[in-house]
Amino acid sequence: MPNISKLNDVVSQVRRDIVRMVHANSSGHPGGSLGCAEFFTALYFDVMNHNTSFSMDAKGEDLFFLSNGHISPVFYSVLARSGYFDVAELATFRKLNSRLQGHPTTHEGLEGIRMASGSLGQGLSNAIGAALTKKLNKDNSMVYSLHGDGELQEGQVWEAFMYAAAKNVDNLIATIDYNQKQIDGSIDDVLPMGNLSAKLKAFDWIVLEEFQGNDIESVIHTLARAKELSGHGKPVVIIMHTEMGNGVDYMMGTHKWHGSAPNDEELKSALVQNAETLGDY
Amino acid sequence: MEKKDTRSGFGAGLTELGRTNPNVVALCADLTGSLKMNDFQDENPERFFQIGIAEANMIGIAAGMTIGGKIPFTGTFANFSTSRVYDQIRQSIAYSGKNVKICASHAGVTLGEDGATHQVLEDIGMMKMLPHMAVINTCDYNQTKAATIAIADHEGPVYLRFGRPAVPNFTPSDQNFEIGKALHLKEGTDLTIFATGHLVWESLEAAKTLVEAGISAEVINIHTIKPLDNKAILEAVKQTKCVVTAEEHMLNGGLGDSIAQLLGRELPTAIEMVGVNDTFGESGTPMQLLEKYGLDAKAIVAAAKKAIARK
Repeated sequence: MPNISKLNDVVSQVRRDIVRMVHANSSGHPGGSLGCAEFFTALYFDVMNHNTSFSMDAKGEDLFFLSNGHISPVFYSVLARSGYFDVAELATFRKLNSRLQGHPTTHEGLEGIRMASGSLGQGLSNAIGAALTKKLNKDNSMVYSLHGDGELQEGQVWEAFMYAAAKNVDNLIATIDYNQKQIDGSIDDVLPMGNLSAKLKAFDWIVLEEFQGNDIESVIHTLARAKELSGHGKPVVIIMHTEMGNGVDYMMGTHKWHGSAPNDEELKSALVQNAETLGDY
Repeated sequence: MEKKDTRSGFGAGLTELGRTNPNVVALCADLTGSLKMNDFQDENPERFFQIGIAEANMIGIAAGMTIGGKIPFTGTFANFSTSRVYDQIRQSIAYSGKNVKICASHAGVTLGEDGATHQVLEDIGMMKMLPHMAVINTCDYNQTKAATIAIADHEGPVYLRFGRPAVPNFTPSDQNFEIGKALHLKEGTDLTIFATGHLVWESLEAAKTLVEAGISAEVINIHTIKPLDNKAILEAVKQTKCVVTAEEHMLNGGLGDSIAQLLGRELPTAIEMVGVNDTFGESGTPMQLLEKYGLDAKAIVAAAKKAIARK
């Protein structure tokens, strides 16, 4: 059993990292990053079998693809906190000559990143490709991916949903960050997607719904359940309900912090709400 | 002269790779027969991936498959290999530095009767602008087969462009294809014709006609538009001081554009370019279209005479 208290300490520190990184640049995407702090911590500190001495090919390791690359702050924080690179490097986020580009990239050789993302809709295809290679290599590891809910408006995602189920890519667990918000407003304001669960079932995926995406114990349990259901001919998708901006009161319940940075006062308030558990970078 | 389609050269090269390189995998978007990928599919069903009519997904899957050491070859028409999926190639392959070989058939107007929706004439330009992308346009069956085999050993993304119609198969069957290496096909002293793809044969035909007009034309095949063989081009132009370029592509963004840039920087020289001038193609037979759009030997002869007059 994972030590939930220790994992929540990580989550608290990751939230501090996120708001500090974004504040330091007055740019970046804190809302979705905060909403997925538990998910990333669950994956990298408990669920995935992975090696922080990074190899691109990751043979024998579980893999993760971030499709909605704009939530790079949470990705960078969790990679650093789990040991892929020095946490001090988080201070370079979005700055000139940094390996921590605005959106994740392999181009600067940052350990832990295997695919550039940012232009939306491509990550599920990438994850399918990696999953197919794992099968060819007789590698029984899993491939995980994360996608925004607004991102599902991109058509390529549905090409990939259709393919993965039809071709039995059953070593793949995709998670949708279902916070129901995007830049211009709520999903329902921008382009309602109707019954997402029914749509994904109609595409012949095994669909799990995680209603407590900001409860790390629940997230770990759901990811474990997803893994149990894998390997039986169908891919698994988790519709993970999260709160955008989770853990920072004034960022919750609104889409306005999708891509806005806190000012000095707002940063202070965010930090008061999230204890420094592992030491700030 | 035996005539064969360049796409069959791709198919033959891929079949050979299937037998010799276990890391090679092939992906196709519902054009297996057109791309001549059937033999690879039959011999290696576990390494062949029918993606369906979903080119964006195919590019993304190919990029992901490199993680773990596979060498994916994607196959579809040139238009659907490039303009349709430019952003997927840009982010998932070029920017991510993935070892994917984008193999594109039915390029240019010689696709013929299907018309302009399918006749991409902008693909070399699009692909050469992407950092890290090698761009190759082969001229006949043998060269296409050799190039297909060679690119498997090149670490990094490659765009390999070939075509639909049967054309003269005039390069050696035992050639060793070297990426980025210009090929001297005919010696000449008055001007140099730099040609790529189907227009290499047309350039050789043009050179024969030019002899009758007392013009000695050198013909150099630039099969690799990027990286360009700057050294070979500059050495040739230093001798002849007169240049014609020939390609089945838009003038904007093509081989001529690359050579003009090089000469402008290093060796300013009058240059005449044979290519498509800012227009779309149309339905017709390949030869009718080459003639109408000024891409045949006759057009190259005219360009050569114009270049000589400017010398």
